[in-house]
Amino acid sequence: MQILQLKNTVAFMSYRKYAFIFSVLLMIASIVSLATNKLNFGLDFTGGTLIEVGFEKAADLEALRTVMETNGFADAKIQFYGSSRDVVIRLGLREDVKAEMLGNEVLEILQSSTGQTVDMRRIEFVGASVGDELAEQGGLAMLTALICILIYVAFRFEWRFAIGSVVALFHDVLLTLGLFSVLQLEFDLTVLAAILAVIGYSLNDTIVVSDRIRENFRKIRNTEPEDVINISLTQTLSRTFITSITTLLVLAALFFKGGALIHGFATALLFGVFVGTYSSIYVASFVALALGISRDDLIPEVIEKEGEDQEAMMP
Amino acid sequence: MLNKYPLWKTLMVALVVALGALYAAPNLYGEDPAVQVSGLRGVEASAETLATIKSTLQQENIEFANIELENGQVLTRFKNTEAQLKARDVLDDALGRQYSIALNLTPQTPEWLAAIGGTPMKLGLDLSGGVSFLMEVNMSEAINKAKVGMVGDFRGDLINEKIRYQTVKEVNDDIVVIFRKAEDLEAAQSLFKKNYRDLVLAADEDTLTLTAKMTDEKLKEIREYALQQNITIIRNRVNELGVAEPLVQRQGKKHIVIELPGVQDTAKAKEILNATATIEFRLVDTEGDLNQALNGRVPANAILLRDKNGQPTLLKKRVMLTGDHITDAKSGFDEYSRPQVNISLDSAGGSKMSNGTKSNVGKPMATVFIEYKPTDKRDGEGNIIFEKVEEIISVATIQSRLGKTFRITGASSPAEAHNLALLLRAGALIAPITIVEERTVGPTLGAENVKLGFQAIVLGFALVFIFMIIYYKAFGVVANFALGANLVLIVGIMSLIPGATLTLPGMAGIVLTVGMAVDANVLIFERIREEIREGKTIQQAIHQGYESAFSTIIDANITTLIAALILFAVGTGPVKGFAVTLSIGIITSMFTSVVGSRTIVNAIWGGKRLKKLSI
Repeated sequence: MQILQLKNTVAFMSYRKYAFIFSVLLMIASIVSLATNKLNFGLDFTGGTLIEVGFEKAADLEALRTVMETNGFADAKIQFYGSSRDVVIRLGLREDVKAEMLGNEVLEILQSSTGQTVDMRRIEFVGASVGDELAEQGGLAMLTALICILIYVAFRFEWRFAIGSVVALFHDVLLTLGLFSVLQLEFDLTVLAAILAVIGYSLNDTIVVSDRIRENFRKIRNTEPEDVINISLTQTLSRTFITSITTLLVLAALFFKGGALIHGFATALLFGVFVGTYSSIYVASFVALALGISRDDLIPEVIEKEGEDQEAMMP
Repeated sequence: MLNKYPLWKTLMVALVVALGALYAAPNLYGEDPAVQVSGLRGVEASAETLATIKSTLQQENIEFANIELENGQVLTRFKNTEAQLKARDVLDDALGRQYSIALNLTPQTPEWLAAIGGTPMKLGLDLSGGVSFLMEVNMSEAINKAKVGMVGDFRGDLINEKIRYQTVKEVNDDIVVIFRKAEDLEAAQSLFKKNYRDLVLAADEDTLTLTAKMTDEKLKEIREYALQQNITIIRNRVNELGVAEPLVQRQGKKHIVIELPGVQDTAKAKEILNATATIEFRLVDTEGDLNQALNGRVPANAILLRDKNGQPTLLKKRVMLTGDHITDAKSGFDEYSRPQVNISLDSAGGSKMSNGTKSNVGKPMATVFIEYKPTDKRDGEGNIIFEKVEEIISVATIQSRLGKTFRITGASSPAEAHNLALLLRAGALIAPITIVEERTVGPTLGAENVKLGFQAIVLGFALVFIFMIIYYKAFGVVANFALGANLVLIVGIMSLIPGATLTLPGMAGIVLTVGMAVDANVLIFERIREEIREGKTIQQAIHQGYESAFSTIIDANITTLIAALILFAVGTGPVKGFAVTLSIGIITSMFTSVVGSRTIVNAIWGGKRLKKLSI
C-alpha cells in the first residue's frame, strides 16, 4: 500500500512566500497572545496548593465553594477533574507559616462537612521559591537544548542547516506556547517535558530532510538549489507522512486513554507534531535556502568516506 | 553474499533480546502484601526477632505465607492485605519501640530469577501512591553557626596559650580579634595560622586587629556538611516513620528529596520532618543578677532565656555542648520511679561534656531547645528567612562529672520525658530545613494511573501494529517484531538499572518511543521501495536501503537523545521518569530497528533470488 504516489517533483518551494507569511503571522499571533494572555502557569510554576479528591457521588461544586468560603478559603478555585466525582481545589500561596499543612486541613474540612467518605487522590504543595527556580530551569533547559542541537547540526551538516533547524525549532516551540496561551490550557512541568519532546521530534524530521538535501546536492549536478530542495522534499514526503501518522496514532491513544493528568502533555505533543512536520518542510528548508545554501557548501565533505557511495550511485 | 548475517551476529541479536526478556520477566509476577520489621538505632533484627514474630502471629491466628530474615530485616509475606494490616498492629504492640514495622509489597519474583538479579521495575510515587517532599536547607544559618563556633574556638585557643586579647567578635562575614599589644597580635597570628589552615588571616598593626575570613572552600565545606547532616538526620527520622523503601536524596546545592511510598498520613510525616530543632546544653549563670538582666542589663557573657511557662533564667553564653553530638536518647524511670531521660553522646561529645562539667559539679545545667520557624519573608537571594525561637526545656543539677552517657531527671511526667527524649533524639540540625514542595498521591489515583498508562501503551502499540502491517505487509510484520523487542528491552533495562523508576510521564515516554521508533524502519523501508523503483535488484535494494538510511537514523536519533538528556539533567520526579524512558527507548530502538529488523530480513529474504518483495 502507498498513500502518496508522486510521479513528479512537487514544487514545494514555489509556495514558500505564502508559507513564510503564514508562519510569520502565526508567530506574531503567538507572541501577542503570550504578551497579553500570558501562559496559564500550573502549580509547578506559581506555587500554591492543589487538592484532588474523589467523592462517592457526583459532587456539588456550589456547595463545596460555600464550605470552603465559610472556612476561610475564599480564594479557592474548585473544578471538576476528569469526571463529576473528581474535584480539584486550588489554593494560592498563603502567608501562613505552615503553608504545607493546608492540604491536610482542607481534606479534614471536606471530610467533616460533606458527610461523605472523601478519597484523597493527591495533594500538591509547591513553595514560591521552587516555582521560580523551575521556571528558570525550564527556560534554561530549552535554551541549552537549542544551543547543543545548533552545535551538533552545524558540526554534522553545515551552519545554514543548523540555523534552519534551530529557527524551525524556535517556530515550533513558539507556536505550541502560543496555543497554550490562546486556549489558556494549564502549563505545568509535564507540558514543559512535552515541549522538549516536540523539539526532539521536529528535529528528527528536519534532520531527515536536511540529510536528503545534502545527499542530493552531491548526487544531482547542474540543478538550482531550489529544485534540489524540492526533489529532496518530495522524496522524503511519504516517510514524513507515515512517521507523523504513527506518532499521531500513539499520541491519540495517550490523549484519549492516558487520563486527565497526561492531557496537557498529549495536547502539546499532538500540536507539536503537526507543527513540527510542517516546519521541517517549510521553515527549515526555507531558511537554509534563504541563507544561500548551494552545492559548493556541501562539496568539500565528499572527499571523505562518502566518495565510494557516490561512485556506486552513478549510472 | 549480500544480505546474509554470519551466524554469530544472528545469535548475538537473539541473545540480547533474550536477556532483555529475562530481566523484563519479573514484571509479569504479582506482589505479596508483606510486613517488614527492621531495627532502629543500631538494633538489628535477629533470629530471635524472627522467632518472636512467628510465635506472635501463631498466637493471634494470623496466617502468613512465609517469613525470612535478610540483611537485618525480617520480612513476612501474607496471603491478603487484611492479614497484613492485622499483623502490623499486633507486631507493633509485641515488638515495641526498638523496631520499625512497615507495610510493604514484595514482588513474587521466583528465586532463580531473583538470584541472577532480576527485579521488577520500581514504580514512581505517581503510580504506587505515597508522598514526596522537597526540603530546603537554610545555608546562611549554617554559616552563621560556624562563625559563632569559631569565635568560641578563638577565645579558647587564646586563653589556652595565655595570649591576652581585648575582644573577639563577628563583623559581617569575618571574625575580628582586637589586641592590646603588638606582640600578642603576632603570637595570635602565628597560632591561628597553625590551627586554622582554611582561614585567611589579615593583621593590622596600627589598630592591633586580626581579621579572619573563611575561604570559599571552607564555606563550601560548611554548606556541604550542613546538607549531609540534614540528610543523615532525615534518614533517622524517616526510619521512625516505619516506611518500606524510603528514599532520601540530595538534589542540587541545598535541596533534599524525600520519597515515602505508601504513606497516607502526610500530616504526621510532615510534623516529624519539620521538627527543625537543635539542642544546646549551657551552664546556668548563677553569678549574674537576674533582676538586672530582666531590666535589660544582661551581663556580657550571659543570655536570658525563658522556659515554656515564661520563667526566665540567666544562662552562660558559652555553649557547653551542641545536640549534634547526641547519638541516642531514651526515656525511662530512675530508681525512685521518677521519669528520666538517658542520653548517649559520641566520643567528641563525651570529652566536651566531661571537660565542661568537671569543675561544675553541683551547679545547674540547662537544656535549651532551639526551633527555627520559617517566616514568610525572604532575603535577597530568595532564601526563606527563619525566626529563631529558644526555649529552656529542662534545668537539672550536675550530680557528678558527666561523660559519654548521662541522664536528665526532673521531668514532671513520663510523657514529658518521652517528649524530651524524642526531641533530643531527632538530632540537632546545624541548619534548619523547610518543606518547599510536597506531592501526595493517594492509592486509588496511583492504581488508576497504572491502569490508564498501561491501556495507552497497549492501544498505541495495537494501532501502530495494524498500520504497519497494512502499509508494509511482510516488512511491516518485521518492523512490529522489532517494536516488540524494543518494548521488551526498555522494560528489561528499566528493571535492571537500580535508580530508574517508572512514572506516568515515563509510560507516556514509552508510548512516544513506540511512535518514533517506527520511524527508523519507515526510513529504511521507504528507501528500499525507492531503490526498487529505480530498478535495482531486490537484494541490492535491501542492502542499499539499510546502508543509506543508517546515517540519517543516527543523526536524527542523536539529536533527540540530546533533548532527552537535557531533560534528564534538569528534570525532577515524574519528568525525569519521562526522560529516562525516552533516552532508553531511543537507544534500544536504534538497535532493534536497524540491527534487529535486519537480522530478521536477512534470515527470511537474504541471499535468495527474488522477483518481488512484500513491502
